Amino acid sequence: MHNNKYTFIYAAIITVIAAVLLALAAEGLRPMQEVNIRLEKKANILSAARVDVSDKSKLEELYDANVIELVVDKKGNVLEGERAFDLEMKDELAKGDDMRLPLYLYETDEGRKVYILPLRGMGLWGPIWGFISLEDDFNTVYGANFDHQGETPGLGAEISTSEFSDQFVGKQIFGDERESVQLKVVKYGTEPNRPSEHRVDGISGGTITTVGTSDMIKNNIMLYQNYFESVKQGDEDGADEIEEEIEQAEEEAVEM
Amino acid sequence: MSTEVQNTETQVKEKKKSEPLFSKKNIQVLKDPLNDNNPVTVQVLGICSALAVTTQVKPSFIMALSVVFVAGFANLIISAIRNTVPNRIRIIVQLVVIAALVTLVDQTLKAFVYDVSKQLSVFVGLIITNCLIMGRLEAFAMQKKPWPSFLDGVGSGVGYGLVLLFVGFFRELFGSGSLYGFQVVPQWAYDAGYVNNGLMMLPPAALFLIGIYIWIQRALNKDLVNIS
Repeated sequence: MHNNKYTFIYAAIITVIAAVLLALAAEGLRPMQEVNIRLEKKANILSAARVDVSDKSKLEELYDANVIELVVDKKGNVLEGERAFDLEMKDELAKGDDMRLPLYLYETDEGRKVYILPLRGMGLWGPIWGFISLEDDFNTVYGANFDHQGETPGLGAEISTSEFSDQFVGKQIFGDERESVQLKVVKYGTEPNRPSEHRVDGISGGTITTVGTSDMIKNNIMLYQNYFESVKQGDEDGADEIEEEIEQAEEEAVEM
Repeated sequence: MSTEVQNTETQVKEKKKSEPLFSKKNIQVLKDPLNDNNPVTVQVLGICSALAVTTQVKPSFIMALSVVFVAGFANLIISAIRNTVPNRIRIIVQLVVIAALVTLVDQTLKAFVYDVSKQLSVFVGLIITNCLIMGRLEAFAMQKKPWPSFLDGVGSGVGYGLVLLFVGFFRELFGSGSLYGFQVVPQWAYDAGYVNNGLMMLPPAALFLIGIYIWIQRALNKDLVNIS
């Protein structure tokens, strides 16, 4: 029988050894993990614009060739000298009025412009996030893509399946006044007065996660309202400014 | 039971001088869990992950490799330090070793096979609580020398993996019409009206398949009937 002192020292030593080993391994593997995480983010952005991302080897190329990154603020101004891809919504949402909002512009094969917005919100057990893409009327959903940290498998975790996210395609975000987000994830059979372009079927057993998804879309899209308005105004005055920005960004991308 | 253990222990001590690495007994230790003492189908351990990760062959395979690694090395390490472990905290020490190994596996998967690691999600972490591993530590590694313990761990892991691959094979074949991600059911079959079986994608299918596996195994080996 070992005495107490031995037991305590033994436990301490074992713990320290395990901690040091794990810290070394985590540090050593981090660069490779980060490459994977960035690649996944690119895949998520592209798949929100309904691009087939099954071929991982072409992903970087696809992204670099087709996606233009913009950063805007809450007032709708385009911020220069920021890299949208490096911004995390988690950090930006905490900044209040100073937040920098990443925005991704994708041009489809038919030459249609699609605006991809990052989303971040709360599910049941932890954060949920995703991307939603809007057509250039800033109202019709072109595609969506969600992911989560630890929602219940088979229930809330189903938000990351294409069965759920494909339902958003073609839905309308705003009502006629464009003042509040009307699109909502609802339980089947409830809210009979909500028109079909504003409703998405929730997931049975995953109510809290789907309500979180709904709120996430509402909260995040409202942040871009001013930018949308300014682009629309710009469109009426002639859309040259945006075009210029895009060309500039393209040139920069080529230089890089 | 305990006298048996003591007997084999004294035998081990007698043979201590020059036992070849792959002696008959060690091979037996390695082979036993593959069939007659299979952790999943005979001891019925580690069922939950066998249900959850077997929708496709690839995650089943990666999961099996992870469990082989963790079970083998946890057995090796615990057996190597078994005489120094204070008896009162032995479970905690075992857990620390298992948890460290599992975290190592998790980090490695995230670095090299990110998509599979996403698919396995929490189940890699749950290897820590897989009864199979701690069961082998308590039942084998705490009494035996490191090398046989290592073999026992690897054997148990492989025995677990075999069942996973069996289940994954049929679930992916009938559930998605593919194997290891490659489409094997041709398009003309779908055009002719063939439909993938949706039940195969759900956990109950794994339970049925494991049941069939156990049935076949016991039909072939009557000794196993009514032992668990």
